[in-house]
Amino acid sequence: MRSIWRTKKLPTRHLARDIALVCAADAVVGASFGAITVGLGLPAWLPMLLSVVVFAGAAQFLFVGLVAAGGSPIAAVAAGLLVNARHVPFGFAVGDVLGTGWLRRVVGSHLMVDETVAFTLAQHEPARRRRAYWLCGTGLFLSWNAGVVLGTYGGQAIGDTDALGLDAAFPAVLLALLLPSLGTPPTRRAALAGVLIALAATPFLPAGLPVLLALAGVAAAGAGRTGDRAGARDPR
Amino acid sequence: MSTGTELVAATAVLAAGTFAFRFAGPVLRSRVTLPVRAERLLGVAVVVLLAALVATSALTQGHGFAGTARPAGVAVGALCAWRRAPFLVVVLAAAATTAVLRLLGAS
Repeated sequence: MRSIWRTKKLPTRHLARDIALVCAADAVVGASFGAITVGLGLPAWLPMLLSVVVFAGAAQFLFVGLVAAGGSPIAAVAAGLLVNARHVPFGFAVGDVLGTGWLRRVVGSHLMVDETVAFTLAQHEPARRRRAYWLCGTGLFLSWNAGVVLGTYGGQAIGDTDALGLDAAFPAVLLALLLPSLGTPPTRRAALAGVLIALAATPFLPAGLPVLLALAGVAAAGAGRTGDRAGARDPR
Repeated sequence: MSTGTELVAATAVLAAGTFAFRFAGPVLRSRVTLPVRAERLLGVAVVVLLAALVATSALTQGHGFAGTARPAGVAVGALCAWRRAPFLVVVLAAAATTAVLRLLGAS
């Protein structure tokens, strides 16, 4: 049982192909975002502007949903920020791959999304982590925004993306990339605790908060023996 | 509904705040050298966050249960990943399972 977790690596030669697949799926979701937003009666520039300057799918869907339902823009911003707060710990964990220099840090930070972080996490050597981060980040930025433009202007052709099962693709993508990092018992304990906390909190708390509360699960990693390799990658 | 000016302002604030969240880590961690233990905990923290994202996006919709089609699709994808199927197979199997179940009338 245990050996299954141990050393499943993402082969480097498949990295670009795997990223391309995720980009294609996200482009379709982006198209649905554009189509849904204008379908809600919001102006056509809004989905495109949000996608370029915010570039965070879950927060964008939430934002336009709240605004279209007549909610105040302040409440929509607060809800979006809550969902995006997870980027703070993401940034601390993968910030080293951006390199030095302000331009790289500014551009690289903007490209930080769940999939970028997950692809980076699945790589072990510094050079591969950098390659995964920048390839996934730029690929997703381009495909997401291209999808949004197409969906905004050709919305009727998109239809219901739920029929394509793409809502199952997002968790599957993250899970596939995450699995190799669950290699040690303390990390598995922490992940399990975090999952239980997030699921238990979801019915009661606004979106974004359950995932942040899951961080308390990290304490479960320290509850066992020390000397385990956390996260199954080299800390430098 | 909000005016265009309000929407632009709200988008600008959301964008600025989101960028600040993203920028904080890369900038702050370049100024301090983190102890090895802290680095490890950060590695665990990201795994925990992603695991929680997987669970909530697979099983929940809003404040309730996501129905059967999506969790079933993710479960098939998880099984494929567990059996070390290629990434492509994992993702397509998850989406295809969910799509077929919906075609058959599952929620």
